[in-house]
Amino acid sequence: MFSNLRRKYDFTDYILWFIGATLLVAILYGSYVTLSSGKYTTEQWLNFIVFGLAQGGIYALIALGYTMVYGILGMINFAHGEFFMFGTFGAFFVAEALAISGFLESNPLLSIIIMLAAAMSVSAMVAMLSERIAYRPLRRAPRLVPLITAIGVSYFLQYTARGFFGSGVEAFPNVPALAGSIAVGPITMQRSQIAVFAATGILLLLLWLIVSKTKIGRAIRAVAEDKDAAALMGVDVDRTISITFALGGIMAGAAGVMYGLVFRQVAFYMGFVPGLKAFTAAVLGGIGNLAGAVLGGLILGVIESVGPSLFLDGIGIPSPHQLKDGIAFTVLVLILIFRPSGILGERLSKRA
Amino acid sequence: MRTERPFTLVDAAKLGLYGGIAAVLISLVGMVDAFAKKDIIAGVVSMSQVLLGAMAFTPALFAATRALRNGGKGGALAAGAVAGAVAALLVALLALSIAPLNLRAIFVNATPKLVNELLPVGSEGLMGATILVVAGIVVGLLAALLTWLPATLRRSTLISLGAVTLIALLKDVFSVIIPTDVGRFVYKSNGLSVEGAVVLFITILVIAYLWQILQPRLNRAVDRMPESRRRVLSFVATVGLLALLFALPVLLGSYLSEVADLVGFYIVMALGLNVVVGFAGLLDLGYVAFFAIGAYTMAVLTTPELPLVRSFIPQLSFWAALPISVLMALLAGVFLGVPVLKTRGDYLAIITLGFGEIIRLLVLSDALKPVMGGAQGVTGIARPEGFGMRADSPQEFYYLILISILIAWFVTSRLKKSRLGRAWMAIREDEDVAAAMSINLVGYKLAAFATGATLAGLSGAFFGSKLGSMVPASFNVLVSINVLAVLIVGGMGSLPGVVVGAIALIGLPELLREFNEFRWWVYGAVLVMMMLYRPEGLWPDATRERELLEDKEPNVIDEDPTGLAEDATVPT
Repeated sequence: MFSNLRRKYDFTDYILWFIGATLLVAILYGSYVTLSSGKYTTEQWLNFIVFGLAQGGIYALIALGYTMVYGILGMINFAHGEFFMFGTFGAFFVAEALAISGFLESNPLLSIIIMLAAAMSVSAMVAMLSERIAYRPLRRAPRLVPLITAIGVSYFLQYTARGFFGSGVEAFPNVPALAGSIAVGPITMQRSQIAVFAATGILLLLLWLIVSKTKIGRAIRAVAEDKDAAALMGVDVDRTISITFALGGIMAGAAGVMYGLVFRQVAFYMGFVPGLKAFTAAVLGGIGNLAGAVLGGLILGVIESVGPSLFLDGIGIPSPHQLKDGIAFTVLVLILIFRPSGILGERLSKRA
Repeated sequence: MRTERPFTLVDAAKLGLYGGIAAVLISLVGMVDAFAKKDIIAGVVSMSQVLLGAMAFTPALFAATRALRNGGKGGALAAGAVAGAVAALLVALLALSIAPLNLRAIFVNATPKLVNELLPVGSEGLMGATILVVAGIVVGLLAALLTWLPATLRRSTLISLGAVTLIALLKDVFSVIIPTDVGRFVYKSNGLSVEGAVVLFITILVIAYLWQILQPRLNRAVDRMPESRRRVLSFVATVGLLALLFALPVLLGSYLSEVADLVGFYIVMALGLNVVVGFAGLLDLGYVAFFAIGAYTMAVLTTPELPLVRSFIPQLSFWAALPISVLMALLAGVFLGVPVLKTRGDYLAIITLGFGEIIRLLVLSDALKPVMGGAQGVTGIARPEGFGMRADSPQEFYYLILISILIAWFVTSRLKKSRLGRAWMAIREDEDVAAAMSINLVGYKLAAFATGATLAGLSGAFFGSKLGSMVPASFNVLVSINVLAVLIVGGMGSLPGVVVGAIALIGLPELLREFNEFRWWVYGAVLVMMMLYRPEGLWPDATRERELLEDKEPNVIDEDPTGLAEDATVPT
């Protein structure tokens, strides 16, 4: 609408394109040097990618919650990473009990399902409570108010967990059935990674079925489209939003179990960085778009795991893996500047 | 609004339930245990008992006030008792269930010690729980009795209760300031003495009561004064306040000046962020980046370490490095501002957060270690010197910080009333309309960003010099959140609000060391509560207040619920 007004400020665009071009050249040069030096073998690259996909699957599960809440409320739920953290703690305590009783060793599949159920219910409960107490009264507040509230909720939950469960890092119990690795062609895959792929796939399918085939899913889509019209059509808007938060929490809880199985640790602060990265993934894919969140998550996971070796090693930066998070945040900044609608965003905006 | 239905005892029980849940939360988070050692009245009441009592008292007070309207005095008593009883019942249930359910396996604070602290002294088991519930009912009845009093007296009592608690908590501060004899009468080694508490309570009660009666008259008297007299009065008040501010370190002594310095750093930073968020409405969550840039420029330029840097730039003195630090922050504000300002609303918040993290990671990395010192940081940063003096003690630093606060205050208060300030507020209200009014969005936003960055850089440079050494860990996102919380509690866009917010959120937790551990937990809760119940802040800016109260109605200013329609997709 105001594109003609924007024309006046072309100098900012030049600066932006200059930054973009510099980064692109650096990335291409770094990749070229790394690849031509042959420092890493093909298998290593494949392993990086598999690891990235597993991590990306976790991001994708968290990103779904961001995207659904954004789609329905138009609000960034800053506290979503904390739902994930609470889910991991839920799984952790169940897993510890199961490990002590020996059930974890004798019945690994059932144990993981119990862990999932625990994590999902904890996360969903925290998500619904947060929505009910903090967000619902602010539906019509000015834009920054819910965002600041979400920051508050995030810190409150994070430090509640610190007070409840202690400030140390706890080791997630070992699931013997998931230890070790399997060779698939040239790639060696950790069993836990395979479990992550399987579980992520099943959950995504279920979520897709719920959103696209059930009555609740239709209500969610209707409320996302237009709250007032949906209310006139007899949709209970408050309940639908609550369910959306619960679904987001369920996915975050599942992500928590995956995180526990792969990285084998829990701590009260663990929600913040994955939360921010999942948000990056959601924006990367096109926020408000379920398929986009998954795609964004996987892409971000791979970029993050391949990036330090590929881009930074070549330029000659010492200990590039320290800057792994830096790469993710750079992706976030670049996406927000150059293509805030994300990869799958445009098609949707035409439809809406 | 729905018509108000009569307040029933079920509603009272519900309020009590909320109080009880809050009490259970503070117990499990560890607050009760941490505060049990701190006495309010020595040997009589501890801080954790006061805290738990408040969780029964507050809901009972609310319940009784509302029941008074349709149930009369008896109804108020009943409602208060029910609310108090329910709140106490929840605490009693927690105390009884800790051991049988082995809650300690999950909650690290659910110790036998906590059970002892929750139940009344010397009691245990069911008996203790019963006494606890009775105590809850008594507290509830007391709260209800309070509602019988006339409004002025009730308010004075509550103010006095709060003030006495605060005075007891801030023993370390007051015992430094007040004469020794008075101190010996009021305070014991741990908390207030009984006589001291009673005398304080009555004195404050009387003062608060008189103040409430006299204040409207005083206001009217000032209103009736001729303009010239009023100006003289405000001049005298300003001079008096300044004199007090300059005398403060002498009164406070070394430790309290240290705290005052810290508050000062945050005031300067918050005055800067106030321009960005409060005036221009750009939520910047990466504000710590500019603070870090100011501090690190100061560090890198003045330290004798970092041989690589020294081979290019000679070691500078504090005063030579100060303008460069501030300039660097300003430049960073402009450079980061250009890409950031293309986005708006929520995206702006996230992108600034991303930038802040990137800068922190870069400083921390081995890649920039020769220039920035890496994870070990930089030491040997210069102190301000001049006129044969060197600012080493916190008192001496206080004056430098006070001067920078005054400069920051003067600049931002002038900016607010200028053409620039009005343009910022127009942008805050509605970007598109502002653009249509031919306000150059990018230019004005950059100006806001740069002003904020400059003040953060100034604060950072002093901070670096004060500390003498610097580690990247001091510059994480918590600092940004801290400054934001200061703004929100004080009132966005309001200059006095910034000072109030900084004293409440930075000064108080420093002084209450038991509290420090729970500071972030409380901040989170405070942010949410402020947004829910008092979004305009404690000392609101007049324009802002009007706007927020208007927005309680279905909102007219922001029709586009995502605010991103131009930049991003409309969500499914």
